[in-house]
Amino acid sequence: MIRAYRTNGWRWVAVAAMAVASAAQDPVFDGGPARPRNRIDQTVFGRLAELGIPLARDCSDAVFVRRVYLDVLGTLPTAKEAARFLDDPAPDKRARLIDELLARDEYADYWAMKWCDLLRVKAEFPVNLWPNGVQAYHRWIRESLKNNLPYDQFVRALLTTSGSNFRDPAVNFYRAAQGGEPMAVARQVALTLMGMRPDRMPAAQLAGLAAFFTKIGAKGTGEWKETIVFFDPAKTCTNPAVASQPVFPDGRPARISPGQDPRVVFADWLLAPDNPWFARAIVNRAWSWLFGRGIVHEPDDIRDDNPPSNPALLALLETEFRAAQYDLRQLFRRILNSQTYQFSPLPGGSHPQAAAQFAYYPMRRLEAEVLMDAICMVSGTQEEYQSPIPEPFTFVPKTIRSVQLADGSISSPFLEMFGRPPRDTGLESERSNRITADQRLHLLNSSHIRRKIEQGPPLVALYTLKDPEDAVSKAYLLILSRRPTDEERRRIRQHVAATGRGREAMIDVVWALLNSTEFLYRH
Amino acid sequence: MNAIHHDGGVQRRDVLKTGLIATAGWWLTDRAAGATALPAAAGRAKSVIQIWMWGGPCHIDTFDPKPNAGYDYVGQLEKDIPTNVDGIRINENLPLLAKQADKFSVIRSMTHGNNAHETASYIVQTGRKAGDGQVYPCVGAVVSYFKGYGRGYKGLLPPYIVLTKPQGRFSEAGFLGNKYKPFATGGDPSSRTRFVVEGVVAEGLTPERQRARRDLMLGLDTLRAKRADDPEMVDLAKADEQAYDLILGDAGKVFDLSEEKDELRDRYGRTKFGQACLVARRLIERGVPYVTINYDGWDTHKQHFTAMRRMLPEMDKGFGTLLDDLHQRGLLDTTIVWWGGEFGRTPRVQWEPPWNGGRNHFGRVFCHVVAGGGFKGGRVVGATDDKGESVAARPVYPWDLIGTMYLLLGIDGKATLPHPQGRTVHVSPQPDEGYEGGGLLTEIV
Repeated sequence: MIRAYRTNGWRWVAVAAMAVASAAQDPVFDGGPARPRNRIDQTVFGRLAELGIPLARDCSDAVFVRRVYLDVLGTLPTAKEAARFLDDPAPDKRARLIDELLARDEYADYWAMKWCDLLRVKAEFPVNLWPNGVQAYHRWIRESLKNNLPYDQFVRALLTTSGSNFRDPAVNFYRAAQGGEPMAVARQVALTLMGMRPDRMPAAQLAGLAAFFTKIGAKGTGEWKETIVFFDPAKTCTNPAVASQPVFPDGRPARISPGQDPRVVFADWLLAPDNPWFARAIVNRAWSWLFGRGIVHEPDDIRDDNPPSNPALLALLETEFRAAQYDLRQLFRRILNSQTYQFSPLPGGSHPQAAAQFAYYPMRRLEAEVLMDAICMVSGTQEEYQSPIPEPFTFVPKTIRSVQLADGSISSPFLEMFGRPPRDTGLESERSNRITADQRLHLLNSSHIRRKIEQGPPLVALYTLKDPEDAVSKAYLLILSRRPTDEERRRIRQHVAATGRGREAMIDVVWALLNSTEFLYRH
Repeated sequence: MNAIHHDGGVQRRDVLKTGLIATAGWWLTDRAAGATALPAAAGRAKSVIQIWMWGGPCHIDTFDPKPNAGYDYVGQLEKDIPTNVDGIRINENLPLLAKQADKFSVIRSMTHGNNAHETASYIVQTGRKAGDGQVYPCVGAVVSYFKGYGRGYKGLLPPYIVLTKPQGRFSEAGFLGNKYKPFATGGDPSSRTRFVVEGVVAEGLTPERQRARRDLMLGLDTLRAKRADDPEMVDLAKADEQAYDLILGDAGKVFDLSEEKDELRDRYGRTKFGQACLVARRLIERGVPYVTINYDGWDTHKQHFTAMRRMLPEMDKGFGTLLDDLHQRGLLDTTIVWWGGEFGRTPRVQWEPPWNGGRNHFGRVFCHVVAGGGFKGGRVVGATDDKGESVAARPVYPWDLIGTMYLLLGIDGKATLPHPQGRTVHVSPQPDEGYEGGGLLTEIV
């Protein structure tokens, strides 16, 4: 580390200045000193101490309330919800808020969106689940999350269900693997359920896995685009890349008796408590969803030569997850209650491994749908989604938020621009949260966003308030989920005085807050 | 008058162009019959204007007329007219284009056999078959990859621009990812006031107010200031700088059509499409390598003939004036103009209800038009039967046409594209990928 900075004299100065600055508590973003709260923290803090990485402080309540709403529900807290939390003196208010949010319906809406990305829920090319299949599949995924179906049962349903794509929605798992070909299914199983990149797997391993999926039959019905997926013992596979006998990914050949559905045999193997892939893949994914990077990074690229940054942490999460009977909400609850999750976004100091070792909370731009919904909520406006193909047209009710869109084929220029995944591959990296110049143009200057800022009812109400100080307080609470500092008030007063016209100046303030890092980024 | 050359004698050069040797190899394997070298035009094209005929225009009502096919086929569009090239006739509603047939070539034997909008759009715009588990990038994204940032292009305007709205549900960039998606302008270039390009032009905001706003925004953004060294914030600062160069700098003026003479704007037609053609020329002039004009309204299941009578003259004005304008300015030689949609339309009119005189999707046969950038004019490639229902000679698949464009653009079809899963994927289908093909369009380059 020292050597790195010796060649870069100016950065050394910058880092030193930062270390000093971080010693002081930031009034907006920091809370008290960090302290371990559960076994996750013990493991993380232990590793940080071992590597000499300085920790961030606890985050402020204002940062926490915004963060946890965005991470659990994919929405902003309303001004009222934010104020209630900030003004609540109870010492356990963070834990209570976590429980409250995990029980809300928006939790299922938001996490169904993530799962639909991975499972490639899309009516059209190249997945072709068709609109009815998409609706059924999305609803089933959402209900499973809402009812907290244990994750092993969720995966068993995906792997072993037979029936109609409209009435037994989990069969869409196979339909979403291009053409239900054994090799395509094997690739999807490896990537989605085992967190492994099929292209990095040995060919023989993939070939043996594919052989479990050679007996999946499909037939049409009188209903348009309805397909029955079923176990077809007579089916044969001609693809030479698929092994003639199923072999488990750990190298053991599978013994399958006549009349036995090989999918069930595979599910039994995958879901066995000692399976090394299953729990690891999901806990690592869940961690990456909440921290922007996995303990194994990328989160869907688990392999021997890509080791976890903190093996003990990964092992702990796996153990706890199994002990909790594969309860996804409990997994979230454990992580959300940790100090590691509740770190400030301001690092405690600079260290090359600080990000990979989770020494502070990393900033990430909001996902396309979440950002659109946040802008709509703040401005009291709605977006309208529709699909002109295939006929008849699909019109999505205006009350549907962007994260609730079931179909990856139904999109908008905004969502596309902000990196909504096309749901073609099931890779986590398909979603792009990178900021680009055209996104900035759109946010800073487009008629789409300007209309919302200038005409959105809750914002118009702010522009007509008599007392500008009151308007500023309300704007901060509505847009940034916190109250302004004196310094911020002073800068705004200055701008208002220079502009002369009160309404225009207030529109500028709202515009500036909507375009701020605090609004656009998880922090 | 120029004479038509159906055979298309290919001019060949004896000397291989350096830097295109790999392309040459591909060229040789593709057209083994006697081809010895690259055509002179290889690498000549610098940019592409794609007129995307969204919905699928009818081939026999445009560039492949069948005046003798009978009323059940031609309906109320039975008349064709001669062009300035002997032997090429097109629909009578395209008089301006008829005067410029020496500048373009018509491919009458386009085919892929798919009748679904989305899949057909994918095939025609990527030059790849659907269903192999990959989502390939379209031509615009590939050009943007090979000729955009980091490859010599330094403009502030994005290297791949769509006028005015994206096609939607067509993943232009495919596995290349977001970075290669087009910038869609939004707005209406035929507006009486200004072409409000989403993000670049904000009506009613003076530059002074834009500056005051920016100062306010940065002054209030304490998180950004505190985390300025974070890679995310470095990216944000870069994006802001580029955005403000367009909002407050000179680069955004390309969209200000008031800089053009009224007479020229009239010639393009004061329609959204006509003015979009003019904007496309202005973008190409400033070095943007790929512009798509998404021209919708061609999916004419009902009231087909009414729609054609309204739209064909509008298209003729925009497209025709664009060719002339590019030619006058010496830009046509380095600019490919590519006209076409995802398929043709059923030659036999559906008179019965509910269509009452409509045409359905028809992937078996359709036509595309190419001009400039090394494409010869005044040629016809392929032919259809006397009712326009099947390819009668020289089938041309989308990958044949797109491969030829890549050749003219100096893009090696054998080159690989970056793939998120690390797979080896090539710009164009390789011989072992089992694509049927009519071969590159050697007859018109």
